[in-house]
Amino acid sequence: MENLKAKAYELRKHVVDIIMAGKGGHIGGDMSVIDILVTLYFDQMNISPENMDDPNRDLFVLSKGHSVEAYYAVLAEKGFFSYEEVLENFSKFGSKFIGHPNNKLPGIEMNSGSLGHGLPVCIGMALASRMDGRTNRVYTVMGDGELAEGSVWEGAMAGGHYKLDNLCAIVDRNRLQISGSTEDVMHHDSQEERWASFGWHVISVDGNDISALHDAFEEAKATKGKPTVVIANTIKGCGSPVMENKAGWHHKVPSQDEYEQIMKDLEARREAALHE
Amino acid sequence: MNKIPNRQAICEVLMERAKDDRDVVVLCSDSRGSASLAPFANAFPEQFVEVGIAEQNLVSISAGLAKCGKKPFAASPACFLSTRSYEQAKVDVAYSNTNVKLIGISGGVSYGALGMSHHSAQDIAAMSAIPNMRVYLPSDRHQTRKLVEALLEDNKPAYIRVGRNPVEDIYEEDNVPFAMDQATVLKEGTDVAIIACGEMVRPAKEAAEILEKQGIFATVLDMYCVKPLDTAAVIRAAEPAKLVVTVEEHAPFGGLGSMVAQVVGANCPTKICNLALPDAPVITGTSKEVFDYYGLNGEGIAKKVVELLG
Repeated sequence: MENLKAKAYELRKHVVDIIMAGKGGHIGGDMSVIDILVTLYFDQMNISPENMDDPNRDLFVLSKGHSVEAYYAVLAEKGFFSYEEVLENFSKFGSKFIGHPNNKLPGIEMNSGSLGHGLPVCIGMALASRMDGRTNRVYTVMGDGELAEGSVWEGAMAGGHYKLDNLCAIVDRNRLQISGSTEDVMHHDSQEERWASFGWHVISVDGNDISALHDAFEEAKATKGKPTVVIANTIKGCGSPVMENKAGWHHKVPSQDEYEQIMKDLEARREAALHE
Repeated sequence: MNKIPNRQAICEVLMERAKDDRDVVVLCSDSRGSASLAPFANAFPEQFVEVGIAEQNLVSISAGLAKCGKKPFAASPACFLSTRSYEQAKVDVAYSNTNVKLIGISGGVSYGALGMSHHSAQDIAAMSAIPNMRVYLPSDRHQTRKLVEALLEDNKPAYIRVGRNPVEDIYEEDNVPFAMDQATVLKEGTDVAIIACGEMVRPAKEAAEILEKQGIFATVLDMYCVKPLDTAAVIRAAEPAKLVVTVEEHAPFGGLGSMVAQVVGANCPTKICNLALPDAPVITGTSKEVFDYYGLNGEGIAKKVVELLG
């Protein structure tokens, strides 16, 4: 298997450059979610520019739409558009590369940005696949702060009711949101019990560990008769001590000094990953 | 008197189509009975999705189904569908451009004595303000059928509002003049233009008949297509008229009247009067009692026209 860990650090560098170019971006959540996206797009999902109109493709909705810079970096690496195009256009006047997913761009199925929409939309996608007898899978990534949206639990209820085993939801559990600790803002611990009580198979993993994520998605595929949720325990800002576990980096553009330090840290971790 | 409500006409068309088209899917939020869709659910269980009392879920799930090639019709009381799940309609349906048809049942004041929580007097304003959302209020069961048949042929979002109770036919079963997104001209006259939608088309037509006896001649438009509004028809009707009157089962702001006024003001300034429900909780009563109380009947409309024409 390709060294996806090193790839994830390389793509983090792209994310930082995209944010510098666009003068804005949700950098902390980009860094926590990117290992999940890399595992899905380069290890798990049957999706590429060649089959993006094939009804049998795997489907993905980025419910935590604010992590769009990480999504753009991954989709560009996958060939849906070029990285240079993103750098040049992100957040610019008249651009399609806006600050939340936009399905006028190739590879993006649904617009998101308002939280609590991705899971219910994916229920519909998973039901459609079942109605048509397709074996493709449906994935969505939510933030942990997002779990306060009631519509998430409407979706959770329907996923359990319809026993959608072709559906896998992932929670990017980085424990921070814009105002601070998720547990201070609104209590979200006991995720395992909550999802299980809605009829879901629950897997908790280190969400910045690609091989652990791989194992979790394989277990999800093998789980029949219920949908799976992967509680991906991640580090917000993962990749550089400048940002790690700091709520202030929810949405922030690094200063020039911070930029240089972050890029140095990311490159060091990429190098280390290459020699593991 | 016709006994078939418009919602039942919708069910009939969908059942006819579902036989040959497996992609036609109906979703309800514990509303299959009130939407007259129980026969569909029984006949096509594989093409029916129950989501429980969860309107937000109803709309998002519909959007997901549509993204995967299904043709979902999501039916729920208009009051909840248009505002409880407003954001899902905006983001997952209109903004993502999914082929979802939202069927608002028991619209306007259909629920009568159940009160303001169950009235949908804001739905035209709410839905019309969303880019890429179309808004339709058919006037009778025959037009409803034509409309649903037309909507099955396209792949764009739409919101359709129908009432709860059967309404008298405007059209004859085998003679329903219908062109998509074009108002139907029910009567032609140059003194006044009366433009109505949904259940208000009937009283608008009756008002014209009353006025005719007094030597006042009206053009009556059935503007079932509130958005996109048939602006050409509005201008044609308003240009020669001394007065334009709009009639709708809706709040006085942001509905048919507001939209017609924009067109008239910009193209053919004429005195205009918007007849609608008040900007207040509606008085308790059946639809008929409520309409009579607020002058939204043939006599009330005719009286207003006479008064304004001086």
